[in-house]
Amino acid sequence: MSLASAIAARDAASLPGRRDEDWRWTDLRGLLRTVPEPSAPLAAEAIEPGPFAGLAARSLTIANGRGDAAIEIAADQVVALDVVSQGDGSHAASVAITVAPGVEATLLESYRGEGSYLAHTALSIRLGEGAKLERIVLAVEDAEGVAVSQAEVELSAAAELVQTTLAFGARRQRLETRVRHPGGHAKLRLDGAYLLEGKRHADLTTAVVHAGLYGETDQLTKGVVRDQARGVFQGRIVVAEGADHTEARMGHHALVLSDHAEVDAKPELEIYADDVSCAHGNTVGALDEEALFYMRQRGIPQDEARAMLVEAFVGEVIDRIGHEGARDVARAWAGERLAAR
Amino acid sequence: MLKIQDLHAAIDGKEILKGLSLEVPAGEVHAIMGPNGAGKSTLSYVLTGREGYEVTGGSASLDGEDLLALEPNDRAARGVFLSFQYPLEIPGVPALTFIRTALNAQRRARGEAEITAPQFLKLAREKSAALKMDFDMLKRGLNVGFSGGEKKRMEILQMSMLEPRLLILDETDSGLDIDALRIVSEGVNALRSPERSALVITHYQRLLDYIRPDRVHVLSAGRIVASGGPELALELEREGYDRYARAA
Repeated sequence: MSLASAIAARDAASLPGRRDEDWRWTDLRGLLRTVPEPSAPLAAEAIEPGPFAGLAARSLTIANGRGDAAIEIAADQVVALDVVSQGDGSHAASVAITVAPGVEATLLESYRGEGSYLAHTALSIRLGEGAKLERIVLAVEDAEGVAVSQAEVELSAAAELVQTTLAFGARRQRLETRVRHPGGHAKLRLDGAYLLEGKRHADLTTAVVHAGLYGETDQLTKGVVRDQARGVFQGRIVVAEGADHTEARMGHHALVLSDHAEVDAKPELEIYADDVSCAHGNTVGALDEEALFYMRQRGIPQDEARAMLVEAFVGEVIDRIGHEGARDVARAWAGERLAAR
Repeated sequence: MLKIQDLHAAIDGKEILKGLSLEVPAGEVHAIMGPNGAGKSTLSYVLTGREGYEVTGGSASLDGEDLLALEPNDRAARGVFLSFQYPLEIPGVPALTFIRTALNAQRRARGEAEITAPQFLKLAREKSAALKMDFDMLKRGLNVGFSGGEKKRMEILQMSMLEPRLLILDETDSGLDIDALRIVSEGVNALRSPERSALVITHYQRLLDYIRPDRVHVLSAGRIVASGGPELALELEREGYDRYARAA
C-alpha cells in the first residue's frame, strides 16, 4: 500500500517500514504509532514567499495540500512548485507535470514546513520527445516533520532530465525519484546532496530502468552528516536486456563529521545487457587530515579550514546546477547550513 | 631568530629527534642535509605543529616566542612557512581563494587589516608572472592535476605572497627538472632579506648550487652531528654520509 493511501485511510499499520526492503533505513511504520489527523487548510495569504520566489514566470503553491494538481509546460519557461506544510496533521497531494515535445523548461521545486506534520507528495513527470527539463529540488523541512516526496519520471526518446536534489533532512525525510529511461539518446542526470545536522534524517532514493538502446545516466550524490544525523542513499540503475550502448555512472560520496552520525548507502547496478559502459563509486569517510594540516600551516584556523573543505566537497554538486539563480539559492542555503558550526 | 635546543620528538612512541640543537640568526640561510631517515621531515613537521609528532623534550622558539605552544595556524601567522615535499591537492578550492583566505587569516591573527580583492589580484598577477606561472592555473582547484614542478612553483608563489619570516623548504628539489629548479630557486632567493631566515632541508647538494646557504648542518639519527660553511655540502656530495652515520 502506498504512503498516500495510508494517510488517506489513517492506517498506521500500512505505512512503509523496515519490512519493505526499500524502506528499511527509513522506517515510518516503526516511527509513527498513528497517522495524525488531516491537516487544516492554509490560507494563501498566510504563506511567505518560497526560496525560489521571483525566479519563475509561473508558480504553484501546495499548502497542506490535498488533491491533485497538474502543470502542463508547453513553452520554454521556468516554473516554481512550492510545497508547504504547517501544523501537526497529515496531508498528501499529487502533481502531474508534463513537458511538451521539444520544450526546454526549468522546474524549481521546494519543500518547507513548520510543525510535526506527516506530508506526502506524489509527482508524475513526463517529458515528451526531445524535451529538456532541469529540475532543482530544495527540501527544507522542520526538524520534527516527516515528509516524503516520490517522483515517477517518464522520459521519451532524445529527452533530457537534469535533476539536482538538495536535502536538509527532517525527523524523517525521503526524496525518491524513479525514472523509466527509454534509451533513444535520452539523457538523465540525477544529482543530489544532503547536509544534515542535529538528529535530522534524509533519504535520497533513486531507481532508473534503462529499457532501450543508447541511453545515458550520470549520477552524483554527496552527503555531509554531523552530530547524530543520518543520511541514506539508495541508488539503483537497471540496464534491461537489449538496452545495449547504455552509459551509466553513479557516484555517492559522504563525509561523516561526528562519531554519532551515520550514513547508509546502497548503490546497485544491475546489468542484463551485453554492450554497456557502467561504473560506480561509493566512499564514506572523514575530512582529509593532511589537507587540514596543509591549510592550517598556511594560517587558516581549524574551523575555517574544515568549512572550506566541506563546502568544496558539496560544491561539486551545486556547481553542476545549470540555472544560475537557482544555483545561487542552493549555494546560499548550503552555505548557511555549513557555516552553522 | 630561530632557536632550537635539545629537541626530542617521537612518532607513535618511537623517538626520531634525539636532542637536536640549532640556531638560525635573522637573514641567514641554513641547510640541513642528511641521509634518509635522519629526521629531516620530522624536524619540519615538529616546527610547524603537525599532529602525531610528539615533542618529548627541549624547545624551539622564534624571536624568543615558544613555537611549540602555538597552534599550526598561529605559527603560520607568526611567519613560519613550510614548503611541503608533497604539496596537497585540494579539489574545489581555487588556488586564488586558498591563498587569499590564508593571507587574510594571517593578517587578522596579527591584528592587521584584510587585503582587498583588487589589491590581492594585482599582487597575485605580479607574483605569478615572476614565477612564470600561467595565471589561469590559479583559478583551478589548488594543485589539482598539477605536475610535481607546478606544485613546487605553487608553494613558492604562496611563500612570496604570504611573506613569511622563517621559510622551511622540505626537499623542495625533489621531482624538479633543472629549469624548474632554477625558477624555484630564484623565487626563494628573491625572498632573501636581512629580516628573513630559511631552513633548507635537502638530501642532495644540487639545490645548494642555486640557493647558497650561509651554514650547512648534517643531521644524522636525530641530531646535528656536524656544522660548517657551504664547503661542507660539497664534501658530503663527494664522500657521502657514511662517516656521519657512524659518528651518530
